[in-house]
Amino acid sequence: MFYREVGEFKTSYPHDSGSFSIRLDKYGYYFILFIAFVVIPLMINDYWASAVLVPFLVWAIASLGLNILTGHCGQISLGTGGFMAVGAYSCYKLMTSFPDLNVIFCIILSGLITAGVGILFGIPSLRIKGFYLAVATLASQFFLVWLFNRFPWFYNYSASGQISTPERSVFGILVTGPNVDPWAQYMICLLFAFGLAWGCRNLTRGSLGRKWMATRDMDIAAEIIGVNLLHAKLSAFAISSFYIGIAGALFFSVYLGAVEATEAFGINQSFLVLFMIIIGGLGSILGSFIGAAFMVLFPVLLKNILVGWWEWDAAIATHLEFISVGILIIVFLIFEPHGLAQLWRLLKQKLRLWPYPH
Amino acid sequence: MQTLLFALEVSINGFMTGILYALVALGFVLIFKASGVFNYAQGVMVLFAALTLVGLQQGIVPFEHLINNLLGTSIHGFGWNMPTLLALLLTLLSMLLLAWLVERLILKHLVNQNPVILFMATIGLAYFLEGFGDLMWGADVKKLDIGIPVGISDTVEQATHEWFGYGFFIDRLDITASIVAALLVIGLTIFSQFSKTGRALRAVADDHQAALSVGISLRRIWVIVWSIAGLVALIAGIFWGTKSGVQFSLSLVALKALPVLMLGGLTSIPGAIVGGLLIGVGEKLFDFMIGSMIGGATENWFAYVVALVFLLFRPQGLFGEKIIERV
Repeated sequence: MFYREVGEFKTSYPHDSGSFSIRLDKYGYYFILFIAFVVIPLMINDYWASAVLVPFLVWAIASLGLNILTGHCGQISLGTGGFMAVGAYSCYKLMTSFPDLNVIFCIILSGLITAGVGILFGIPSLRIKGFYLAVATLASQFFLVWLFNRFPWFYNYSASGQISTPERSVFGILVTGPNVDPWAQYMICLLFAFGLAWGCRNLTRGSLGRKWMATRDMDIAAEIIGVNLLHAKLSAFAISSFYIGIAGALFFSVYLGAVEATEAFGINQSFLVLFMIIIGGLGSILGSFIGAAFMVLFPVLLKNILVGWWEWDAAIATHLEFISVGILIIVFLIFEPHGLAQLWRLLKQKLRLWPYPH
Repeated sequence: MQTLLFALEVSINGFMTGILYALVALGFVLIFKASGVFNYAQGVMVLFAALTLVGLQQGIVPFEHLINNLLGTSIHGFGWNMPTLLALLLTLLSMLLLAWLVERLILKHLVNQNPVILFMATIGLAYFLEGFGDLMWGADVKKLDIGIPVGISDTVEQATHEWFGYGFFIDRLDITASIVAALLVIGLTIFSQFSKTGRALRAVADDHQAALSVGISLRRIWVIVWSIAGLVALIAGIFWGTKSGVQFSLSLVALKALPVLMLGGLTSIPGAIVGGLLIGVGEKLFDFMIGSMIGGATENWFAYVVALVFLLFRPQGLFGEKIIERV
């Protein structure tokens, strides 16, 4: 009823296998893009940019990355924080070593460096799987953070042990540093998020994505039908780390401006991203965005209500946040293992038929 | 000679730390064997048990911060200290209650799910327990003292001084912990070998469906196993808490039990002990010999990297059952 497919005839294969084959879907998608690219930059202010929109986009990129690895290829990783640190620190080193290099290239290059590190830590996945692998990836988490703390070369021997971003601009518009406009901050994250989500969609529905999914569903069977497991798993690790590295670079250079490895890239960040994809939906691009939005908005909302309105202690709000996140994870795993994205899919299915039962 | 003796002292101390890792790892192994659940929350259970014990002992009103905020009161503790034995008993009871609730509210609904899903559910449980424990008892660092002797053991120092001309510094707490851990392992082995419930536990560990078909109640076994894991968590929590104070970082230390397990094998109780000792001694010695060359504080990652490298060559760990896959 709401969702009209009547009169839409698919006359060619590309049309049939398109991402948005229903016209209403396509218009909805364009509408969201219009809001994201035109309306929000005009209305954005400092609070919304720094508390909600920029972190949302950065975490969305990170969860896209983890979703490739965990949702599509079925390899659990608890090392997301460590890989984000690789992205952040390589971005810092590139920005300070090559001041003339455009910051966009710095960010992309740091993604590539992270991909290399990801392949290195992905090698054990060829021998082990499941939670054995999850524990192995914990090694990357603790080792990488230690590495960036202990070797002063990584933070250019700064006294505080922090790295802080120098001011860089793209086409004459300042995008990093303390004096950046909120809309420019938002725009650069949005461009990356849009490009990477588009890339992710096309990767996962191509042959590479099918290889990943075959590996996830049953690796032995996948091997028998001719999927090269070595290639499938390592490519998933590489591409996922590329995404996570870019998220880390943006997290450091655009969003926070100054970070310290233990605090900003601890194991809690790894869990945060994992929760995003569980709540959002494993193996779904929309789910990555919904999950990121949820996990960014939820603490802000909780804090605003409890601390802002009811004037409770901030510590209590934090504890309640832990409790409710824990409960939510369990509830989602029990009742809807495919996350919020699946709820949206079900809703769409219902809307197609409504008000008729069949 | 001096360096050698010093290295020996370092490894003995590592040995003692290793026993504490092994205590945490034991809880993981018990649950994994009986239910195939990799219980990530074991570390937080250690923290939770220690928090509850301290809270009860010091007479902290549960949720006092929350109550104060809600009602505008300013309650601050009952004003009395509970006898240690009673507090221990009540903590044990609350761990049993926790085990029952976990089975009721989580495991029951996730039967036959992919092990990875169960693993993620226990991560959720870990988050919940962490927030809940802090909300209930307050997040400040607490001192746990239930009368276990702490501090340098003078007897050991004097004895070694006479023998080697070099006094060993060994904490009395560590000695107690080793004895308790040994007793615990012996007790658990006797329980699982010679009691009826223990036999049922081993049957479930071998094959869920076969155990069900001879009339063993899986759910009852799960409650029992989680209760035993809770007891182990309480003991580990007492020693860790006495050693370094009851605080959030306790659950991070407990995370080290994961590489210990990987090394020892997920399904073997002796494996957990041997793995714990290897990691404990290894990380102390590594930090002592090589750590200073590469910037120190290598204890944070040494265990994980060893586990990672080790897994490459022997995925099932030292004592684990060989992983057989059938299509």
